[in-house]
Amino acid sequence: MPKLSTIQWAGLAFFLLAIFVAVPGFIAASGRSDLYYTLTSVALLSIASAGVWLTFYIGRINIGQGAFALIGAYVSAILVTKAGMSFWLSLPLAGLFAAGVAVLIGLPILRLRGVYFAMISLVLTQVVTLTALALPITNGAKGITSIPLPGGVSILGLTLIPDFATLENPRLAFYYSACVLMVLTFAAMYRLVNSRLGHLCRSMQQNEELASSIGVNISYIRIIIFAISSFLGGIGGAMFGSIAQSVYPSSFQVADSVNFMLNCFLGGLGYVFGPMLGTLVLYFGWDLLFELGRFQLLAYSSLLIILMLFLPNGLLSLRLPGKKGDDK
Amino acid sequence: MSHLLEVRHVTKKFGGLTANSDISFNVNENEILSVIGPNGAGKSTLFKMISSFLPTTAGEVLFKGERISNLKPHVVARKGVVRTFQETTIFKSMTVRESIIVAQHLRARASLAGYFWGTKTAHEDVDSFGQYADDLIEFLGMTEIANEQASNLPQGNLRALGIAIGLATDPKVLLLDEPFAGMNHDETMKMVNLVRKVRDDRGVTVLLVEHDMPAVMNISDRIVVLNFGEMIAEGTPAEIQNNEKVIEAYLGSADDEIGI
Ligand SMILES: Nc1ncnc2c1ncn2[C@@H]1O[C@H](COP(=O)(O)OP(=O)(O)O)[C@@H](O)[C@H]1O
Ligand SMILES: [Mg+2]
Repeated sequence: MPKLSTIQWAGLAFFLLAIFVAVPGFIAASGRSDLYYTLTSVALLSIASAGVWLTFYIGRINIGQGAFALIGAYVSAILVTKAGMSFWLSLPLAGLFAAGVAVLIGLPILRLRGVYFAMISLVLTQVVTLTALALPITNGAKGITSIPLPGGVSILGLTLIPDFATLENPRLAFYYSACVLMVLTFAAMYRLVNSRLGHLCRSMQQNEELASSIGVNISYIRIIIFAISSFLGGIGGAMFGSIAQSVYPSSFQVADSVNFMLNCFLGGLGYVFGPMLGTLVLYFGWDLLFELGRFQLLAYSSLLIILMLFLPNGLLSLRLPGKKGDDK
Repeated sequence: MSHLLEVRHVTKKFGGLTANSDISFNVNENEILSVIGPNGAGKSTLFKMISSFLPTTAGEVLFKGERISNLKPHVVARKGVVRTFQETTIFKSMTVRESIIVAQHLRARASLAGYFWGTKTAHEDVDSFGQYADDLIEFLGMTEIANEQASNLPQGNLRALGIAIGLATDPKVLLLDEPFAGMNHDETMKMVNLVRKVRDDRGVTVLLVEHDMPAVMNISDRIVVLNFGEMIAEGTPAEIQNNEKVIEAYLGSADDEIGI
């Protein structure tokens, strides 16, 4: 089991202070409360990207996370609007539902490797979009709108989470919630990667035949990982829907699925925290290129290609020499 | 002595090609049995069917009286029948010690969730994996390279690592496909002694495919000979060396030598 070094503890403390204290402080001082929405989005997208990263960890290129984000968003929206369920209960259920769908879809398609799996996964987002358009419960193209803000949670009269509708600044509340979710997600990812399951994933990524020769049930592990991945997609999507207070069939598109994958590439497939950095850089990078107008996409794609050529192991490989890889 | 492994009328067809035709033989507990034959005779195919990496077209393989053919590889490994690969097959970006630790999967007592939450059993397992790895590394004489990444090791060590990974599963039967390939005489003799030690000290029954005839004659208790998918002989090394059909098969294939 991994034990954190002093430097890692310090890094963790610094990071927590930065996102929970420094950022809100900066926003309050500068009055740029629009940043809350941006940073909340980054946090939620990085959760979904973390799932994609995990499927990379078993050697599968997953370009279908948008599908599971969309499923999560709809499940939560339906549970909240139609069944009157608390958002906070609908959140894990949305993740579990997405994971369940992933098990059903994964059984046949996870046998595929390389470009074949990637191509099939690319279709998933479109399939879910079309399903959402067709089903009565998802309300077709009109989508589900006017989703109420998350209610409060209290145990024995003690308020754990306040009712967002009564808050002066629900944006700050969403920001905190997204950050807490993100921290929990990446803590769990770190733990998973350094536990036996993570070791088995690495063995499968490097050689599936050898892994099965030493008794690893590779199809079982693949399903588990794909389910966890989709759970994270579902959670991220559900939270997004709640912030936007609406879900449409186009809320997550194929382009989003591609971006989830690019976030992982950019941050570095060898680093658990890669998707977090990748999402941040890519999200802000896209906005910065806004000035370029119609050349935005061209510049964006070229930059990505250049980055992958020169930094095939992602941004996190750009670190002090001698410390490589122990951030696992 | 009871038969540990029974190969019964096993046949494998790839389309029109019959790679194995009605092969039957038994393997005794604690035996070293070699399967020899010219290239393309069907030796690797036979090993893949015994370890359920390939389904049989007909026939079956029994381990302790239980069918192990036409299952999944990990199920057969779980029962204690583990193969190594003819091609160098290792976990490239793991060290020797990491590979041996991950290969102890079957010795795990805690569940995957148990490792995630760090239960007491999981901690005990992790300690025991490390201990077992260190013991095995010493047993195999790999102490110096224990913390080397596999991709940095020379070819000779990679073969040994492949065997180490198989051994780490604590198998009852280990199938080695050309473990001495590409080794010089001294390296081969070292490996021959190692394989014998694996049998003697760890009680592992060994099935071996090998082309190095002196090594095969030296190490084997019994030998099975395949030619064009047919089993043409079975016997002790002395019997095989004097078998007409075997000599003919090897002379017929011109360049191979039986090394008598
Ligand atoms: N997966 C396969 N598909 C088709 N033919 C195969 C396959 N595997 C092996 N063969 C053929 O079966 C025969 C036996 O191969 P193999 O068992 O590898 O021989 P050996 O290990 O004795 O050299 C060869 O003619 C080979 O070309
Ligand atoms: Mg062969």
